[in-house]
Amino acid sequence: MYSKSMEPRIVGTAVPRKEAAAKVTGTAQYVDDVSLPGMLHGVTVRSGHPRALIRHIHFGDGIPWHEFTIVTARDIPGRNIVTLIFDDQPFLADGEINHPEEPVLLLAHENKDMVRRARQHVFIDYDPLPAIFDIDEALQAKTIIWGEDNVFKRYCIEKGDVDAVWSQADFIVEGEYSTEAQEQLYIEPQGMLATWDPETGITVRGSMQCPFYVQKALMPLFNLPAEKVRVIQQETGGAFGGKEEYPSMIAGHAALLAWKSGRPVKMIYDREEDMAATTKRHPSRTRHRTAVSRDGRLLAMDIEFIIDGGAYATLSSVVLSRGTIHAAGPYRCDNIRVRSTAVATNTPPHGAFRGFGAPQSLFAIERHMNKVARTLGLTPEEFRRRNFLRQGDSTATGQLIKQPLDLARLQQRALQLAGYADKLERFSRLNREGTRKKGIGFSTFMHGAGFTGSGERHLQSVVHLEARADGTVCVLSSMTEMGQGTNTILAQIAAEALGTSYEQVQVLRPDTAQVPNSGPTVASRTAMVIGRLVQSAALSLKEKLLQAALLQPGYTPEQFQSACREYICSIGPLKTSAQYEEPPGVHWDDEKYRGEAYGAFSWAVHVAEVTVDTVTGEIQLDDFVALQEVGRVLNPVLARGQIEGGVAQAIGYALYEKVVWRDGGMANNQMTNYIMPTAMDLPPIRVYFEEIPYEHGAMGAKGIGELPMDGPAPAILNAVENALGISFCHIPLLPEDVLSELSVAREAALDLAGSVV
Amino acid sequence: MRSFVPDYELVVAARLNDALDMLAEGWRPIAGGTDLMVLFNAGKLPYRKLVSIRRVKELSSIEESETEISIGAAVTYTHIRQHPVLRQEFPLLCSAASWTGSIANQNRGTLGGNIINASPAADSSPVLLVYDAELELISLRGTRRIPYCDFHLGYKKMQIRDDELLRSIHLPRKTENRRSYIRKVGPRQAQAISKVCFAATARLRGSAIDEVRIAAGSVAPVPLRCHATESVLRGQSISPDLIETAANAIAAEVQPITDIRSTRDYRRAVTANLLKQFLQTLA
Repeated sequence: MYSKSMEPRIVGTAVPRKEAAAKVTGTAQYVDDVSLPGMLHGVTVRSGHPRALIRHIHFGDGIPWHEFTIVTARDIPGRNIVTLIFDDQPFLADGEINHPEEPVLLLAHENKDMVRRARQHVFIDYDPLPAIFDIDEALQAKTIIWGEDNVFKRYCIEKGDVDAVWSQADFIVEGEYSTEAQEQLYIEPQGMLATWDPETGITVRGSMQCPFYVQKALMPLFNLPAEKVRVIQQETGGAFGGKEEYPSMIAGHAALLAWKSGRPVKMIYDREEDMAATTKRHPSRTRHRTAVSRDGRLLAMDIEFIIDGGAYATLSSVVLSRGTIHAAGPYRCDNIRVRSTAVATNTPPHGAFRGFGAPQSLFAIERHMNKVARTLGLTPEEFRRRNFLRQGDSTATGQLIKQPLDLARLQQRALQLAGYADKLERFSRLNREGTRKKGIGFSTFMHGAGFTGSGERHLQSVVHLEARADGTVCVLSSMTEMGQGTNTILAQIAAEALGTSYEQVQVLRPDTAQVPNSGPTVASRTAMVIGRLVQSAALSLKEKLLQAALLQPGYTPEQFQSACREYICSIGPLKTSAQYEEPPGVHWDDEKYRGEAYGAFSWAVHVAEVTVDTVTGEIQLDDFVALQEVGRVLNPVLARGQIEGGVAQAIGYALYEKVVWRDGGMANNQMTNYIMPTAMDLPPIRVYFEEIPYEHGAMGAKGIGELPMDGPAPAILNAVENALGISFCHIPLLPEDVLSELSVAREAALDLAGSVV
Repeated sequence: MRSFVPDYELVVAARLNDALDMLAEGWRPIAGGTDLMVLFNAGKLPYRKLVSIRRVKELSSIEESETEISIGAAVTYTHIRQHPVLRQEFPLLCSAASWTGSIANQNRGTLGGNIINASPAADSSPVLLVYDAELELISLRGTRRIPYCDFHLGYKKMQIRDDELLRSIHLPRKTENRRSYIRKVGPRQAQAISKVCFAATARLRGSAIDEVRIAAGSVAPVPLRCHATESVLRGQSISPDLIETAANAIAAEVQPITDIRSTRDYRRAVTANLLKQFLQTLA
């Protein structure tokens, strides 16, 4: 265990990334860099209709169809279901389609150009069925597209008795907030390469976050045992949750084509297909009803949180869960009710994306807190200060805050770093004239690290450490490097705990034939949960060497290496493993949704400064302060990179990125028309950490990856409200919305002036 | 890449006459390719036989005479941005060039290509309209010059025959004493397609507007010279009432649409606001 007396040598320092050299020199092997002899190229023929019955598939003239491998649902040897949580989504549509990007048929050919051309010559006749496209239509349930009522999942958290409070409240404040879909836009589109061998079974390699999810999905597809389904991660160029569940689909498709043709088959999506067909962030709608006392205490919070899951359940239930648990924000309140629903619509399924439900519900609460403060006549910072969770308080689910927590201090520090008070005063003076209005706003929030509730207990993650004859040590886990720095931090933790050098630790790229199942690389769990297992396995490995008297305390990295060599020569293989054990005092009730929702929360305050141009409605960010408490920072450069990247992605979410839907499909599936911010659009992002080591995390670390996605959107809209005096409750907030509200406000002002006269 | 490569033929012309010969035989010109290759990538490029004019020297230079500057159709945005005389006398064109696409686009993309692609959102078009540009078209049958403001006939319809090539763009050197204004409103600060692009010049005599030219892009099926609004302003002195009247006039004159990039109302409102901003600089 990490203790303050132990001076860390490697953890907390900015060691170079393990894969940096391979990436910058171009030797890193992404899936599209891999070619196998006799390989075919595969493509997917998609439905093009939001909801319909397939009547007939026919193949056009002028294409040498006999040269193609063609797979439909009827070819599938096992179960035509993408195994995940609910068994509802087929690999290939069988008779019925439920969204416009639904895969119907697969083609493979030696010639990449030929197969793309052939795709345009497959014609499918449909009998259209009525379709639904938004939350309201889903809830009205006039057309049922999923289950009995279009509902994938419902949760209800109840703490205290909300309904008993309304009559005693000095104020009741209501608000409605909504968010739209967002595309992950990883640099490398999805891709897989599959091979089939009657002896060894299926092997797929590709771009992914969760190799064991892919394996679990392919086993029933082919009726094969685990040892005959091998999944290998290639270098992965970004994921952000977008490669959590979708790779199972494309891996299944490539594998079906390989199985039918007997040849290796590669499938690589281009950007347009990737944007249109793969998962996005769930659109959401949140309603708040909040009771407060005149002196600014939260008395009751009644929250309704609804997300649009698209056509199939995929991960909607877990996204909903995280959004539900975060919906009340970092505030103490004795009476909280959160009712939440995930509904079905005829769009491609929405899925995992950095933050996983929390950015949606935290956007709502952090806008709503400003509204409540305004109603009370308090500043947003003072109202929050009176209601922050503190050590010893309990969250919405009744989770006791055991760690030291001083959000008031965190808020104060962030506001000071941003020059908040001065700017507020200065901007209100400047804004009296001119067309460029300045504003400043902030948000305070948290993000739970690791799987929700009993999730980590069910996963039973395992990590192995193995010393090699040359004295190096290899970390074996299923954690994937996708740009976030997993390999680097796991090697840092292992090297630190072993007392060897960073260079002497290798991290094996996940291959289900070689690594144990340490669960998926999601939910900000790698550093905190898996890092901790690496640390434990490292300590056992060191202990073996000490017990064998091959090492004496105070050893050098060189002595450690020779001890490993000697152990392997004279005693045998030097391997250790560690399995997840729940920290003591953790209880979770899945039925009532009560208890310790997460091992730990990370906490943050974000402050945004904006200029709104009232001529065009454009919003420019001038400054951004991100202050967070994430436990111990394992690698300061990677940590800052996570925050900067998350803030940039969240700025896109707040102000730029809008999916234009047309009949359930994405109409702007090109980077020209789906607008993500460029470096020119981003402010200086000033990143600060408070470090309070978490005793059950690796070397004191908590989760970090998703946290920075949660805060920027409400902070920015709070700043816009400060600049214009107009409260916006929907993201993305585009110049079109701003200009339209400004003209409404101007007309209202004219009317008022008119009525006075 | 969604096109079937073997469907296409590409020939690089070394001389202007070679290119004209091929156009006469039904080939289509490609210059920097920054628009055509996007169509190609999407599998939507209708022309199968392409002649590249990028290496044609006669099309790649900027020439100065006493009365005009002539820009070859294959001159790149980067070349324009860096040209000292253009920077001095036609700064709006250099600004528009600097806002077009990315640096990589500017290194390949050409002014002629921008005109012939005929996007109503082209950043250089409003500038060429307010600078009274003339286009020189050439074919095996000879050359002709037409005012740029008459060139666009309708959405992607132009006064140019299939065998003709845009040879050069002529800008009259009479920009002295003119006040000028330009603004691009796009969805982000770089690599953006305009929601509205707006350019204007004016010359004042005393407090009165002696001469004014206003043009906007992305607000009509073609790059729009706003003659009606100009006539409201010509000869008048700037006043709050005049600014309001002119803003109403331009709001009526533009015919924007709602598409996946913006809305009709936004484009109309922004155009009026930009005009106001321009007129306020004259006051």
